[in-house]
Amino acid sequence: MTLRAPRLHLPVLATLAVLVVLYVAASIRFENFATLRVFMNFLGDNAFLGIVAIGMTYVIITGGIDLSVGAVIGCTTICTAVLIQGQQYHPVAAFAVVIAAGTLLGATQGWLIQRFNLQPFLVTLAGLFLCRGLGLWISSESVQAKHATFQTLEKIRIPVSDGVWLPFTEIVFITVLLVGAYVLRHTRFGRTVYAIGGDEQSAHLMGLPVARTKIGVYALSGFCASLGGVVLVMYTSAGNAINGTGLELDAIAAVVIGGTLLTGGYGSVFGTFFGLLIFAVMQSAITFEGTLSSWWAKIVTGVLLLAFILMQRMLQRSR
Amino acid sequence: MKLHPIAYPLIGLALILLFNAFFTPGFYALELRDGRLYGSLIDVLNRATPVLLLSIGMTLVIATKGVDLSVGAVMAIAGAVAALLVTDKVSFLSVSHSVLLVVLIALVVATFAGVFNGVLVGKVGIQPIVATLILMVAGRGVAQLLTGGQNVTFNNPALERLGTGSAFGLPMPFVIFIVVFVLIAVFVRKTALGLFIEATGSNAEAARLAGVASDKMKVAVYAVSGLVAGIAGVIACADIRAADANNAGLYMELDAILAVAVGGTSLSGGRFSLLGSVVGAVLMQALTTTILTRGVSPHATLVAKALIIVAVILLQSPEFRASFARRKHDPARA
Repeated sequence: MTLRAPRLHLPVLATLAVLVVLYVAASIRFENFATLRVFMNFLGDNAFLGIVAIGMTYVIITGGIDLSVGAVIGCTTICTAVLIQGQQYHPVAAFAVVIAAGTLLGATQGWLIQRFNLQPFLVTLAGLFLCRGLGLWISSESVQAKHATFQTLEKIRIPVSDGVWLPFTEIVFITVLLVGAYVLRHTRFGRTVYAIGGDEQSAHLMGLPVARTKIGVYALSGFCASLGGVVLVMYTSAGNAINGTGLELDAIAAVVIGGTLLTGGYGSVFGTFFGLLIFAVMQSAITFEGTLSSWWAKIVTGVLLLAFILMQRMLQRSR
Repeated sequence: MKLHPIAYPLIGLALILLFNAFFTPGFYALELRDGRLYGSLIDVLNRATPVLLLSIGMTLVIATKGVDLSVGAVMAIAGAVAALLVTDKVSFLSVSHSVLLVVLIALVVATFAGVFNGVLVGKVGIQPIVATLILMVAGRGVAQLLTGGQNVTFNNPALERLGTGSAFGLPMPFVIFIVVFVLIAVFVRKTALGLFIEATGSNAEAARLAGVASDKMKVAVYAVSGLVAGIAGVIACADIRAADANNAGLYMELDAILAVAVGGTSLSGGRFSLLGSVVGAVLMQALTTTILTRGVSPHATLVAKALIIVAVILLQSPEFRASFARRKHDPARA
């Protein structure tokens, strides 16, 4: 175990190394990059992506994949906005309804995958079409969501230092991060997630609740995606069915760059957090540069994905 | 009752056509104008062409137990390359005088993208979803980089003909598809290649031990997938006289996978049916057109597609069939 541990931790260490190099390089290149305020913006701008990526981490550790998350976000934001603005729901009630619906959708996908042994990417692809279609059907235009409760929620914030606050959406993200990391490492559910990814049949023979756990991770991913949608509504005060287009790819990229094996069985929530920060630093650097265009983010993401997947592959072969 | 696999999508298509015979006036009307046919049926075929082309490559890829998510991005790249070359925006390569060269170079680039996928899957051994995801993310970025994020418009009658022209009374894109389809179908079915592809998909290791170079087969099918995506990309940009890197081929990988699944090719590899995928693609386009002509929200097509995917993969699932058969034969359990 002591011999294997460093090698197993290599992906996360590589992620950290890339993060530090990127951050230091950006800080030398740009004035004011290495400030607390910019760092807090990393979290704020990516809180919803981070919440989704944590759910995705669980799914990928079981050896599955969830392509529906981006569409779930879009559908959630438009439903929330319509419920608050059109149906006069109290925001808290609206949040509860959409998060329950998102969790139920995730659980249904998980049930189909588990019960009928279907391929996860196809089932969740259907989920993607369904949510995108429903969302656009409800409204193909952006809907504003304004309510006094939003201002009340905005007042909930933790002071970090002079003039820098941790706003409510970031508190939600960090809570999900900590709870997600704890559950994965220290509960029976979390250990079963690893066992399924390692070898599903063995996990089954060991008497672990494989079926329940598999359905559980997809339900969790649906929960995280709809919570991410709610956070996005709070952040932008509007809902739009096309929100989160392509977000599933960013979430998968953050998970993989964070060192989680796509074949399942190995990974961590904090790794995903570092992967997300790499993403955020890259995007901020591109914004700071000004002359670089947004598509560089896609190309760099692709190159990082390739590098990390090749590294994983080499580690697996040499094991 | 055991039907031939292709019977199911054919029945589906027949039902849609029958529905339109009763409820959509003028659906079967065909009109010959300037030596070219016009009408809803022709429109369905014309609109289905990009997905038809993609589904040829996707069928072969899926037969090897793979999937190619990058075809939409490759379409965007091929369109961007063609548009840049034909407008002489590439300083070191001045070929705008020859549309043939322009198209050839675009197709070579697209095939190269396919080979990249194929090497990752076949030689390095990365799961197909993940390997092609890389190009799906980065490929669109590359296309946007090439075009500078702007639509590159052009005015070149020869290139435009590929998208908007006609031959034998049919739209040019559809004629191109027929030619590509016949070439590839003959190539895989009249040689042992099709068998090798099926062997690779059924059991790559067993195929390798039997002397099939399964890793090379994989590289080859992804290359074909890249090539047909390139053809679809060139046609799509010729059709609108512009390369739109942001939207060209967006979500088309999903439509192609859907067409293959609906066409009866098992998504877990092995046996494949190119003709089935053709029927599948036409069926999906006929359904979309029908929904649109009924005045239902276009977004309903997405919901319909979702339900069809679930239905098709459930029907393909042995577990689902088993639970269904048990209920039918064993009343005590029902």
